[in-house]
Amino acid sequence: MTSFISIDNVSKTYKGGLAALRNISLDIKRGEILALLGPNGAGKTTLISTICGIVTKSSGTITVNGHDTVTDFRAARALIGLVPQELHLSIFETPWDSVNFSRALYGKPANPKYIETLLKRLALWEKRDAKMVTLSGGMKRRVLIAKALAHEPKVLFLDEPTAGVDVELRGNMWQLVRELRDTGVTIILTTHYIEEAEEMADRVGVITRGELILVEEKHALMHKLGQKQLTLHLTAPLSAIPQRLADYRLELTGDGQTLSYSFDSHGGQGSIPRLLADLAAENISFTDLNTAQSSLEDIFMGLLKQ
Amino acid sequence: MNWRGAWAIYLYEMKRFFRTIGQSIVSPVISTVLYFVVFGAAIGSRIQQIDGVSYGAFIVPGLIMLSLLTQSVTNASFGIYFPRFSGTIYEYLAAPISAIEMVIGFVGAAATKALLIGVIILGTSAFFVPLSIAHPFWMIAFLLLTAVTFSLFGFIIGLWADGFEKLQIIPLLVITPLTFLGGSFYSIDVLPPFWRSLSLLNPVLYLVSGFRWSFNEVADVNVGVSLGMTVFFLVLCLGAVWWIFKTGYRLKS
Repeated sequence: MTSFISIDNVSKTYKGGLAALRNISLDIKRGEILALLGPNGAGKTTLISTICGIVTKSSGTITVNGHDTVTDFRAARALIGLVPQELHLSIFETPWDSVNFSRALYGKPANPKYIETLLKRLALWEKRDAKMVTLSGGMKRRVLIAKALAHEPKVLFLDEPTAGVDVELRGNMWQLVRELRDTGVTIILTTHYIEEAEEMADRVGVITRGELILVEEKHALMHKLGQKQLTLHLTAPLSAIPQRLADYRLELTGDGQTLSYSFDSHGGQGSIPRLLADLAAENISFTDLNTAQSSLEDIFMGLLKQ
Repeated sequence: MNWRGAWAIYLYEMKRFFRTIGQSIVSPVISTVLYFVVFGAAIGSRIQQIDGVSYGAFIVPGLIMLSLLTQSVTNASFGIYFPRFSGTIYEYLAAPISAIEMVIGFVGAAATKALLIGVIILGTSAFFVPLSIAHPFWMIAFLLLTAVTFSLFGFIIGLWADGFEKLQIIPLLVITPLTFLGGSFYSIDVLPPFWRSLSLLNPVLYLVSGFRWSFNEVADVNVGVSLGMTVFFLVLCLGAVWWIFKTGYRLKS
């Protein structure tokens, strides 16, 4: 995979002195789904808006497929589709007119066949001649996606695509994003739902206070920072952890009834059977056991605390 | 140049005009008729000819200018303010279009609408007064220059405004008084010397005067000066728009 969008040392300081982005450098690969994760006000939207040309950056350079977003903005922007966070639509317009307008705005010749396919794929075809004002929130969101895809962009920015969307629609949205990626579109989405990043992204970037504190393959990230925990419910309570088991990171809780063992998900292989054997040797029996893996959410919260 | 993008904006803005075609056409026609009933028939019959032109015919250029100015300013200011207000401006800013294409689309459409209304008023006047146009070329030139200049001015207002009331303020408190006091309905020669001199500071005077000259060769100021001033305002507005896009004022943060 080659780098498609290259962000080099980009900063943005607003007039009031607020530093919304601090020296962000990031390479986005062609065809990947990158999730930008961060709390509200972290700078996710500012970063997206800066790439798309809505916010003027204070310093640094951004290129899209080699085209500088300032000096060669026409070529750069032609490759980009943007779905904003808010449902910005002209309420008296119809989806059909609106999506065709978007295509024309990008200088592309009309292509009713393509727009028809697009609207059908987004389940908007039946509503193509309805006024926006009559559409539901989920439909409006899909109209915005259709508008962003109207000029056949190579990269799609989705700013909080599932904010305020119910569970079923969220599932549909995820499905749609995957389908888009399968057609070769690079996707960058911002979210503060960790499960969304966990579910969809190939890579995860964490932004907080305008800084990109980490970018990592999702699996590598979970592997590297993920903790596993084995919990044993003992038949008889223990008063203390026996000497033989002192080398394990064990913790006795619940009046000595529960024994929990924490281990790194990558370093822990093989240690469980050993622990169980040692327990048997100490004549400690248990009624139940379970293991838990830390989610991206736990990792994320851990990162934010640092 | 992304001509297709500019054309798309132009058509989109024109569509808004044709959606409300009834009120777009009916209201200027009605107000023109009212002006002619009041100033032409009722009061005008008691007013002597001005520089050899009947009063009814004298006010035609003024009436057209009045509508042209207000329509240009309101159309252009609403055109750009509305996407800012509703948030749909993001699409224009993220699209591969430059300031030039945006101005061509928005200002072109606003000027076209104002021109259409100007032509409608001209046509309506023909029913009330005998019209003679001495210099059709210059008449069209003044119409075009004024419509474009004031559409640019409206575009600037639409960018500057941060609320609907600010949009109304300029047409209401600046354009309308300046037009009424700029010799739309009288020749400034009838004014006492002090007020006459003061009127020369009113930019609208030059527009009305030049425009009237193209109809019946009656003018308050030399037509060359009128033309020069009109072009000067055009350059001034172009400069302001250029500055706005260069700095991103009110468009980008």
